[in-house]
Amino acid sequence: MTGTPLVDLQGVTRHVELPNGSTLEILRGVDLTVGRGEHVAIVGRSGTGKSTLLNILGLLDSPTSGEYLLEGEPVGRLRSRALARRRGDDFGFVFQQFNLLQGRTALENVAAPLLYARGKQFWSRTKLATRSLERVGLGDRLDTRPEKLSGGEQQRVAIARALVRGPRVILADEPTGALDVETGQAIMTLLDDAASETGSALVTITHDLAIAARADRQFRLADGVLVRIHLDAPAAVAESAAEAGAPPAAVSAAETAGFPA
Amino acid sequence: MTGVVGAILEAWDELRIHRVRVLLALIGVACAVTAITGITAAVTMFGQAMQEENERMSGRDTTLEAWSMGGQEMSPAEVDALVDAVAERHEISYHSVRATADLRVRGAESGTYVEWSAVDVDNATITRQTMEEGRWFSDADAERLAPVLVVNQAFLDAYADGAPASTHPTVVIEGETPVAATVIGEVPVQWNDEGPRALMLFDQAMRWFPDRVMADGYRFWVPPELAAQFAEVLPRDLAAAGVPFDVQKPMDEPFVIDRVLQYLVLGVGGFALLLGGLGLLNIALVTVRYRIREIGIRRSFGATSGRVFFGVLMESVVATTVAGVVGVVVAVAVIKNIPIDRIFGRPLEDLPGFPFDAALVGMACAVGIGALAGLIPAIYAVRVKVIDAIRY
Repeated sequence: MTGTPLVDLQGVTRHVELPNGSTLEILRGVDLTVGRGEHVAIVGRSGTGKSTLLNILGLLDSPTSGEYLLEGEPVGRLRSRALARRRGDDFGFVFQQFNLLQGRTALENVAAPLLYARGKQFWSRTKLATRSLERVGLGDRLDTRPEKLSGGEQQRVAIARALVRGPRVILADEPTGALDVETGQAIMTLLDDAASETGSALVTITHDLAIAARADRQFRLADGVLVRIHLDAPAAVAESAAEAGAPPAAVSAAETAGFPA
Repeated sequence: MTGVVGAILEAWDELRIHRVRVLLALIGVACAVTAITGITAAVTMFGQAMQEENERMSGRDTTLEAWSMGGQEMSPAEVDALVDAVAERHEISYHSVRATADLRVRGAESGTYVEWSAVDVDNATITRQTMEEGRWFSDADAERLAPVLVVNQAFLDAYADGAPASTHPTVVIEGETPVAATVIGEVPVQWNDEGPRALMLFDQAMRWFPDRVMADGYRFWVPPELAAQFAEVLPRDLAAAGVPFDVQKPMDEPFVIDRVLQYLVLGVGGFALLLGGLGLLNIALVTVRYRIREIGIRRSFGATSGRVFFGVLMESVVATTVAGVVGVVVAVAVIKNIPIDRIFGRPLEDLPGFPFDAALVGMACAVGIGALAGLIPAIYAVRVKVIDAIRY
C-alpha cells in the first residue's frame, strides 16, 4: 500500500458506561489501514465489537479515543453535518438483515440514497438506480417490493443500493449471515466483483472463514483487540465445513483465526 | 435546492406509503379547513345579502343622509341647484334629492294617503332600486311634457284598477291644474300591507307642483374611506351656501352581527382544526416510532439530522397542505352551489367573489397545524442514536 491510506485507524478505543457504573471496553487500541480498492475481512465471535468497529469506520459512531483519518483527514474534527455528508458520499453499507425500506420497490430502495446526493446524481437517480440493479442482475425486478423477493435477491438489492452512489468504501456487516451457504457464496462473489469493478474498498465482517478468506487481508477481533491473521481459501472452506459438522481438517487454520476447533 | 426537493419528495413518499393512516388523520384537518373557509365565505355572502337589503332602504355603503334644518327663504328649486353645485364641487358622482310632496290622486277613496317622493335619477343607483315591472326614470323623462311615475302594487290597485305597469296606465294628479301622469314602472313592495307609494322625478315635480314639494332631504353616495370627512365638510359648505342641512355621521361598524358570527364560526373551525392536528400528531408519533429503523438506515445514506428533522416535519406539513387544498376545494364547491335565491329570497346583485383571504387563512391554518403536529415527532426522530436506530 503506497501513499495516504483511504482509511486509517490509529489506537482507536471505544468504551461504554454500563448502567451499574462500570465501563465496558469494546475496542482497545485498534489500528487498521485500508487502501483504495482493497478487500479486508474482519472475523470474530459475536459480541467482540465487530459491528462497533464497522460503525466507527462508517462514521455512524465515534471512537472514545484514538484517531480516525479518512484520506488523511481526521474525522474527529468534522461536524455532524460534514460527517453525514461524507458518510453518504464515501460509504456504502450492506447489512446482515438487508435493511431494505419496506413498502418501497427495489428501484425506490436503490434510489433512496440518491435523495441525499447533489447535482446530477440527485436528478438522475432513477436512471442510476436502474443501472445499479441491472449490474446485480435484478433489471427485471425493478418494481418488485422486498417482501416479494428471496433473501438472496434482497441482499442483491442492498448491494445495488450500497453501490449506487459510487462509494469509496463498502462496509458489509455479515452480508451472508441470513443466507444459505450457496447463496452466500454467490452474494460474496457479486460483492467482490462489484467492488473490484468500481474500485471501491470492501470491508467485510463475517463469522464465515471461507468468506473472510476471499479478502486480500484478514483480521481477527477478540477482546477488543484487532490482530492480523492469514487464511488461505481452501483451508478456510474446510474449517467452515468442520464448523458445520464435518471432520476437522484445518484445525491449525481455525486456531490461527481464533475459533474453537 | 436538491436538499429541499429531496426532503419534499421523501415526505411525499412517506405519505404515500402510510396513506391510510395519514388519510384518516387528515380527514379532520380537511373538514376543519372546509368549515373555516366555507363558512367565512358563506358569512361574507350573508353579509353582502344583508348589506344589499340595507342599502335598498337607506342607500349604499356609504350613503350620507342629509335633512334640511329649515329656515331658508329659497324655493326648493333654488335649494336643489345649490346642493347640486356643492356635490359637483366635491366630485360626488351620485346624489339624489328625497323630496316629500303633498299630492292627491283622483279617484282615491276618502282617507287614502299616497306616500309621495320626488327623487333624482341617481336615487335608483344609490338605493339599488330593482323593478318589479317596467323601468326606472331616465334623464330624458325630465323633458317630458307630462309627468311619469314609478309606483308600487298598492298604488296600481288603488288608482289603476290593478293594471300592470307595463300597460302604462295613467292617473290624474289633482291640483289647480289637474295633470295626467303615466305609470312607467312598478317597484317591489317594501313590507307587507304597504300603502300606495309613488315616486316622481324632482324636476318634473317642480315643474307641475312647485308649491307642494319640499326639497328637505338628500342622499350622497361617497367612498366609505371619505365618509367621515364628507360628513363634516358637507354641512359646512351647504350652510355657507345658504342651505343649512344636518348630515348624519356614518356608523363605524355597520354590520356587527355578521362579524360576530364570523368570529364564532372561526372559533369553532379553529377548535376542529386543533382536534384534527392532535389526531395527526398522534399518528405522526406512532409512525415515527414505527420507523426508527428506517430513519437509522436513511442516516447511513448520509441524511443529516437537520434533513431528518425537516423530512419528518415536512411529512406532516405536506399532508396538511394537501388536506388544506382539499378543504378549500370542497368549500369552493359548496359555496358555488348554495341556492342564494332560495335562502335570501332574491339573487345577490353583487355576488361577492370567493373570499381568497378566507382560503388563505384556511391554508395557513392547515400548514401551521401540520408544522406543530410534525414538530414533536421530528424532535424525537433526531434524538434517536443512529446505531440504535439501525438495530431497532
